[in-house]
Amino acid sequence: MLDERKRKAFDAIVWTSSLLFAAVLPLAASADSQRYTNENPSYRAECGSCHVAYPPALLGADAWRTIMNGLDRHFGTDASIGDARRAGLTAYLVASAGTRKGSDAPRITEARWFRKEHGEIAAATWHSRAVKSAANCEACHSQAAAGDFSERSVRVPLEAAR
Amino acid sequence: MQPKLLAMAALLFALSGSTLAEVPPDYLRSLQAAARGADPAFGAFSASRGQGWFNARHGTDWSCATCHTENPLAAGRHATTGRPIAPLAPAANPARLTDVDRIEKWFKRNCNDVIGRACTPTEKGDVLAYLTSLKR
Repeated sequence: MLDERKRKAFDAIVWTSSLLFAAVLPLAASADSQRYTNENPSYRAECGSCHVAYPPALLGADAWRTIMNGLDRHFGTDASIGDARRAGLTAYLVASAGTRKGSDAPRITEARWFRKEHGEIAAATWHSRAVKSAANCEACHSQAAAGDFSERSVRVPLEAAR
Repeated sequence: MQPKLLAMAALLFALSGSTLAEVPPDYLRSLQAAARGADPAFGAFSASRGQGWFNARHGTDWSCATCHTENPLAAGRHATTGRPIAPLAPAANPARLTDVDRIEKWFKRNCNDVIGRACTPTEKGDVLAYLTSLKR
């Protein structure tokens, strides 16, 4: 009888701990998903000359199509490229696009996840000389150019933090 | 022996200078022809005119120098995104101004942004004359 109770208690412990472990696993996975790879040299060269080559997964396919169809008026600048190159890059971006909900607007900083992730950043930080614009990922995400947006590599510049 | 070595070193130095990458001559000639077509009195591209034009604003908030700085031998910074921009003058950055497609791509974009229209052949030629005249 005592042994039976012991066995039940042991079972309970095993079950609870495996449930806990299962709950923690997705957290670890989501930390890893903040690392992206941009293997397309043409994308890095063309788009990465004015801003960090944003990971294609940060926007949905329709958002990328909208952006690539309006490069001559691209966030206040003319970013037009030749038609052949544009078609190639559009195909790459659409194929690598993300599927997160709330990523439909053709502007990464308007996506729901972006606002949530950056909710604690003060307006003064965004507008500081060191940051200038939310387009400037590298101001805080020190490894953004390598596709690493993990918390570990975030360094909010001192000037901006003040 | 020593003076001979020095002379050889000087010769090598001069040769390396003359093999610096340059603006494709055919492209410059086509700009020249277009400039002459637009104005029969056109003489030659001018580095000093190009410098003035590079630093001036042309009816918008930006000049070329806003991003590229008034010293094209130095690195610049994108006015909106803050992204670093490698020096524009070939003396500081030999890869610059060697590829016609790239030159034309950036003239198209940046002239639209800075002066709100396409640049004329004279404006392009003057800026190229200015940038290639700069020495370290």
